[in-house]
Amino acid sequence: MSTRKFKGLLRWESMLALVLVIEFVSFASLSPYFLDVWTLSDATFNFTERAVIALPLALLIIAGEIDISVAAIIALSSVAMGLAAAMGVQTSGLVAIGLSTGLAAGMVNGALVTLGRVPSIVATIGTMTLFRGVAYAVLGDRVLKEYPQAFSVFGQGYAVGALSIELTVLMVLAVVFGLFLHVTRWGRSIYALGANPIAAKWSGVPVDRYRFALFAVTGLCSGLAAVLLTSRLGSTRPSIAQGWELEIISMVILGGVSVWGGKGTIPGVLLAAVVLGLVNFGLGLLNVPGIVMSIIVGALLITVVAIPVIAERWWGRPATVGRKA
Amino acid sequence: MTRMMQNSAARRDLALGVIVVLLLASVTAAFPQFARPGNLAEILDDSAILILLALGQMLVILTRGIDLSIAANLALSGMLVALLNKHHPGLGMVPVLLIAVAAGTLLGAINGLLVWRLKLPPIVVTLGTMSVYRGLIYLLSGGTWVNDNQMSPQFLGFIRYELLGLTILSWLAIFAVAAFAVLMRYTVLGRNLYTAGGNPSAAAYTGIDPGRMQCIAFTICGAIAGLCGYLWVARFAVAYTDIALGFELQVIAACLIGGVAIAGGIGTVAGVVLGCLFIGVIRNALPLIGISPFWQMGINGLVIVVAAVLSVRRREDKRAILEAQTA
Repeated sequence: MSTRKFKGLLRWESMLALVLVIEFVSFASLSPYFLDVWTLSDATFNFTERAVIALPLALLIIAGEIDISVAAIIALSSVAMGLAAAMGVQTSGLVAIGLSTGLAAGMVNGALVTLGRVPSIVATIGTMTLFRGVAYAVLGDRVLKEYPQAFSVFGQGYAVGALSIELTVLMVLAVVFGLFLHVTRWGRSIYALGANPIAAKWSGVPVDRYRFALFAVTGLCSGLAAVLLTSRLGSTRPSIAQGWELEIISMVILGGVSVWGGKGTIPGVLLAAVVLGLVNFGLGLLNVPGIVMSIIVGALLITVVAIPVIAERWWGRPATVGRKA
Repeated sequence: MTRMMQNSAARRDLALGVIVVLLLASVTAAFPQFARPGNLAEILDDSAILILLALGQMLVILTRGIDLSIAANLALSGMLVALLNKHHPGLGMVPVLLIAVAAGTLLGAINGLLVWRLKLPPIVVTLGTMSVYRGLIYLLSGGTWVNDNQMSPQFLGFIRYELLGLTILSWLAIFAVAAFAVLMRYTVLGRNLYTAGGNPSAAAYTGIDPGRMQCIAFTICGAIAGLCGYLWVARFAVAYTDIALGFELQVIAACLIGGVAIAGGIGTVAGVVLGCLFIGVIRNALPLIGISPFWQMGINGLVIVVAAVLSVRRREDKRAILEAQTA
């Protein structure tokens, strides 16, 4: 990675940080209640669960793959936990079931992509339909809500003061993923894998093992998000987290991760998560309906991807040859 | 090479055709009333919108794109004509159809131009426009519904008008299938679309701009989505912000089941139609055999996964050196 590109990335993150500051200032001046510790703590629930998945998904997209089934994995894990809870399983057991369901689902994706050689977008469109379909087949139009009282701690509890357990989990994960991607040799291999899989393979990177592991971890984190979300809502419907896959992918791409693979940072993704979460929350404060927000996110998403292309054209550098996502 | 690919595609279509017929036969064996002409016509009517959309989506996937905004485009165009009909019920059908198609074409062309001119990845562009188009429906309608009592009888009745035992809706699908069969097989444009998706660099050297082909595919796909906007609103007699929410994935599923390769360049009209009929037959058979319709989605998912694994296996035999490393 050249210094120029590195500077470009730095610029991207500082732009996000700037947007964040503008958000803070404008919401604080528009609503006197915004800068309250508890208001801010409430606001974090708008992005914590999604960001928990955005972190591993960022790694996966940097490695040149994609996972569209993450929200369906949430539904599957949540249904598994709901059924277990109805049979009287206690909190620790429920968490184990939620996590292992997510992990298993992620491993199915990984196996399809590495052993089955199915392009990841096809494989995960298939498993998305399959997982969500199983959730619907099992539950139909029923609701599961017989969760034990103690289970609500993950989504509704606070670690210290106004610092929620969800936010704590997210911060710990962000540090772990950040260190993994930016400090370790494995992180470098992920960039290599995304930039040029064939070159990475000939340089001795066990390409398929990485891919499989990344899908498995993404599944595991989706299971974790399912635990948090189910615990916060206290109920499971098969339509839980519907449409989240697209919001989470938007989060990752807004964070500066390239859909072509090989580029992106964890701080960027984290900043994008906070920015989006706060916009959501702030517009809620201002009584702007959520659907209007979707126009903004959609337009932002396209603009973000278009900026480097337009910039490159202005500076006369050859545009990158299009590769398939 | 072309011959070989055509043969393998034909074999695949034949296999899928046999599966659909077997499916029909086994349901009919248990429930003879299933194969009544009236019921079969209903299945066709029920699958018509899916067939139309899947044909458009096929063009996009053939050229190595994907259109996630197809259902949002449908909903926005549908809302547009529903509002038009509500406020000007006396306009007749021609303006309604023209405006639906024009709106859809415009929305599709936006996708196409972003992909062609800026070389943006189709999945990101259409993910973005999907949210934008959905949001615009809300702004356009103010979040209100347009119900059947606010639509003119002509607006609702047009697609239900029966000709030789089939509805206009079914005839539209049949006409589109025929037109696409000719387009893909016998016209320069059709062959160019295959070439652009099969090997973009080779296409560029022979004077076909792959980006332009993508743009054309997105625009045609958009036009179809716009038309389906009217069809959907008229068929279900209601328009609101969330109509056809998530339907883009069912359309893509139909294409994948029908053997369209996400890597581009491979796919047939017959395959796509069979993929749609497969979904349509299962959807209509499930309640009959006493299985909850909630299983439909799971079955679709399983079929996509199995079909994907099988089709990769078959292709790997032929292009093992190239595919094994890049896949």
